[in-house]
Amino acid sequence: MKKYSIETVVGIFVLIGIICVAYMTLKLGKVSFSGDSYYSLYADFTSVSGLRIGNPIEIEGIEVGRVENMSIDQKRQVAVVELKIRKGINVYDDASATIKTAGLIGDKFIKIDAGGAGGVLKHGDRITETTAALDIEDLVGKYAFGDVTKKGNK
Amino acid sequence: MMESSTRNISLRTFLDFLGARAMKVIDGLGAFAIFFMLAFLKIFRHKQIREIIQQIYFIGAKSSNIVMLVGLFTGMVLGLQLFYTLAKFGAGGVLGSVVAHTLIRELGPVLTAIMITARAGSAMTAEIGILRISEQIDSLYTMRIDPLRYLISPRIAAAIISFPFLTAFFDLIGIFGGYLTGVLLLGVNDGSYFYRIHAFVDITDIRLGFIKSLIFAVLVATTCCYQGYFTHLRTDSYGAKSVSISTTSAVVISCVMILISDYIVTSLLI
Repeated sequence: MKKYSIETVVGIFVLIGIICVAYMTLKLGKVSFSGDSYYSLYADFTSVSGLRIGNPIEIEGIEVGRVENMSIDQKRQVAVVELKIRKGINVYDDASATIKTAGLIGDKFIKIDAGGAGGVLKHGDRITETTAALDIEDLVGKYAFGDVTKKGNK
Repeated sequence: MMESSTRNISLRTFLDFLGARAMKVIDGLGAFAIFFMLAFLKIFRHKQIREIIQQIYFIGAKSSNIVMLVGLFTGMVLGLQLFYTLAKFGAGGVLGSVVAHTLIRELGPVLTAIMITARAGSAMTAEIGILRISEQIDSLYTMRIDPLRYLISPRIAAAIISFPFLTAFFDLIGIFGGYLTGVLLLGVNDGSYFYRIHAFVDITDIRLGFIKSLIFAVLVATTCCYQGYFTHLRTDSYGAKSVSISTTSAVVISCVMILISDYIVTSLLI
């Protein structure tokens, strides 16, 4: 059996080490060097309770971007969410955005129905049709105190 | 009258004892810090690279087998244990993210550092200690070779390079171990195992893990070299006995420092 020199062994060790570190930081850490291949859309919600910066955005269940920023527009009393969406994914004028929950206790994400009518939304445009987060406590409360049935009776 | 003066004397001796202990601890910490700074600055002299490669071979490459073995079994037992706990909440699907978080943030850096302390740190202390008691460090000094530069700096440099790599080995092999038990043995969906890891592991988690491993590298390498280098200054023993005591205390102090600094770093950076 051929005996490797110390330099070779150290070289192999360092190489594998760099590959492991690079895999962890690039693949698991989601660091991208590809630059700005995203564009931003805005959407107003009445409530973004539970949504965090970095939560995924999905179209037909496929992740196409992340929540970039959230702020309050106090004049109109809405929460403005900046959505970072991958270039090449077209969202149209009649698109709608909904805040959903993955599973019962999972993280929140934004589901976009891309629509199909009208022009394509460009960087900085606004998605007008939105549905706020479904508040489970509210819903349970309504059910428990009879608000749901009362509405049905009316 | 008599009673109060004896009480005063016993109070004085107690304060003396406390002050002496405190000064000894502060002295030791200062010597430790100066030792590390001098050795660290001497890494950047020329002709160091050969020594550093030699030490990476010893600390890094030869430790990788044992680190991977420990990582595999740690990941496997995490997969088993966490699955049974999570299954009680019907959340077996998040197994991947829990295993990956535990390994990357906590167990990877800590267990890797403890394994390297046991394998390479103890050897460093014993080697340098024997060089010291057989007066070979003095003879280096006579030949105008700086023993700090020749013996200590390459070991600290090699530890700083090797620890993050070994931690990365440990993390990835551990995640694979969790896959073996969680997915192949207990039947978690393999797509959801890896999806959870990709979705929930963040760059902040990975950064925390690597910062920890760098801090442990400095602590372990400096402690082990310091204990060996000053083995002749021990007041409790001399000769071969002092090497054995230095080696024991190097391993114990390193492990304690790893765990304490782990808590401090986590609480500062979480």
